[in-house]
Amino acid sequence: MLIRRPDVILPSEITDASLFHGRRDWIRNASAMGLIAGLPVLSACSVEAQGMKLAGVKPNPQYVLPDEKINKAEDFKNYCNFYEFGTDKSEPPVLAKALKTRPWTITIEGEVNKPKVFDIDELYKLAPLEERVYRFRCVEAWSMVVPWVGFSLAELIKRVEPRGNAKYVEFVTLADKAIMPGLRSSVLDWPYVEGLRMDEAMHPLTLLTLGAYGEMLPNQNGAPVRMVVPWKYGFKSGKSIVKIRFVEKEPRTAWVKSGPSEYGFYSNVNPNVDHARWSQATERRLGEFGKRRSLMFNGYGEQVASMYAGMDLKKFI
Amino acid sequence: MALSVTFPLTVFAPWRSLTNAQVQRAKWVLVALGMLPLARMLIGLPLGWLGVNPIEFVTRSTGTWTIVSLVVTLSITPLRNITGWVWLVRLRRSAGLITFFYAALHFITYVWLDRFFDVNDIIKDIIKRPFITVGFAAFVLLIPLAITSNNALIKKLGAQNWQRLHNLVYVIAILAVVHFIWLARRNPIEPYIYAAIFALLFAARIYWRFKAK
Repeated sequence: MLIRRPDVILPSEITDASLFHGRRDWIRNASAMGLIAGLPVLSACSVEAQGMKLAGVKPNPQYVLPDEKINKAEDFKNYCNFYEFGTDKSEPPVLAKALKTRPWTITIEGEVNKPKVFDIDELYKLAPLEERVYRFRCVEAWSMVVPWVGFSLAELIKRVEPRGNAKYVEFVTLADKAIMPGLRSSVLDWPYVEGLRMDEAMHPLTLLTLGAYGEMLPNQNGAPVRMVVPWKYGFKSGKSIVKIRFVEKEPRTAWVKSGPSEYGFYSNVNPNVDHARWSQATERRLGEFGKRRSLMFNGYGEQVASMYAGMDLKKFI
Repeated sequence: MALSVTFPLTVFAPWRSLTNAQVQRAKWVLVALGMLPLARMLIGLPLGWLGVNPIEFVTRSTGTWTIVSLVVTLSITPLRNITGWVWLVRLRRSAGLITFFYAALHFITYVWLDRFFDVNDIIKDIIKRPFITVGFAAFVLLIPLAITSNNALIKKLGAQNWQRLHNLVYVIAILAVVHFIWLARRNPIEPYIYAAIFALLFAARIYWRFKAK
């Protein structure tokens, strides 16, 4: 008889220690309140995923920044632009607590031979999880150095077999009015949509990201799955993705729709092209007093510049 | 039935006459309140109250308190007309100087912590970036007002000239709000709240001007 054993225990399947130890308290409280029958048991099973340690993550030695200091996890968790939870950076860390990341599915559709709906836990098994230290440069002229966890988006793309007419990839992110107070504002056209050209999406640097700092992504940083495209301004890296579409035409992204005069589809980090209201020549690395000179393609020019050969980067911004 | 309100309102009658010592005390209370935001920044910086990006916090906070102090300064005359507390006018200079104080801190934060005294960068900013142009103009216009906020210079200029000069405060308020609107992120609400308050304060002045005629 063949006894099959799963080769990995998914991090999401591991019950959080505090929850484990607290289960008796929970049962006691719930029964005291007369709630124990039926439904509430389900809620006892739903495990809070964010902040859990990710097992089996290997640092990828190709993507380290030995000369740069990694930002503190506290910086990363408390300074977020996530407009669905409010336009102030202090709002997402509080309001994103309402985000439920299990169950979660990501729909892959459009011009592909093998469209598929992935359960989030399937994604963890799709390819080996790597830690990669990337510079992260926000369009607002601040930056961080973050150890992300994930794998190249190319790994996923190969498996769904894009057709020849799939020229672009569109990322659609969660828009849930019940938990996202920011959606009441007309600051952007919801849902937040971002996109990449096919070659950009296939580039090994482009990271399908499931964690950071060795843990599952905090909710406010785009749990359970987000993009990280390190040579582009941060807003290109959509958070809490629910759908990835392969399309023929350049996607109309949320920011292009709302402020076409500010940035276009590409939004590559470019110190030579200013924002309408501020210079992009320098940036403030969080935790540093002075300002740094910003780098073309955020310092990833060697790997990515060839994709834009012949394009006027003052025009295609 | 036509609604008719007579100013000053009688409810405020009890506090209409204050002794010099009481006014002096009120002035110190105002100055002490005005220094609280600065105290919060100075104490909070080493304690981490200012968050992950403390320089951004200081830049924003000094700007916010400049405009709040300006609101307080411009509220004094309407409040006097409503309450009949004539002594309020004697607090106006302190409020105005607190405004200048935060404006100067705001300007220094920009020149030092944002531009690191790079004169070329600063000049480029002032020319190229409209929100900096108007903010800088507002600050420059505040300087003569701060300098002439003392009895000696009021005497020297003469009350009428002094008043004419200090009418610049209305221009400054408009520039400050425009600065705020233009720099703010998309869909700003906060600067429009200040715009509405200033509009109300201006309207009150116009109302009393016409009534006086």
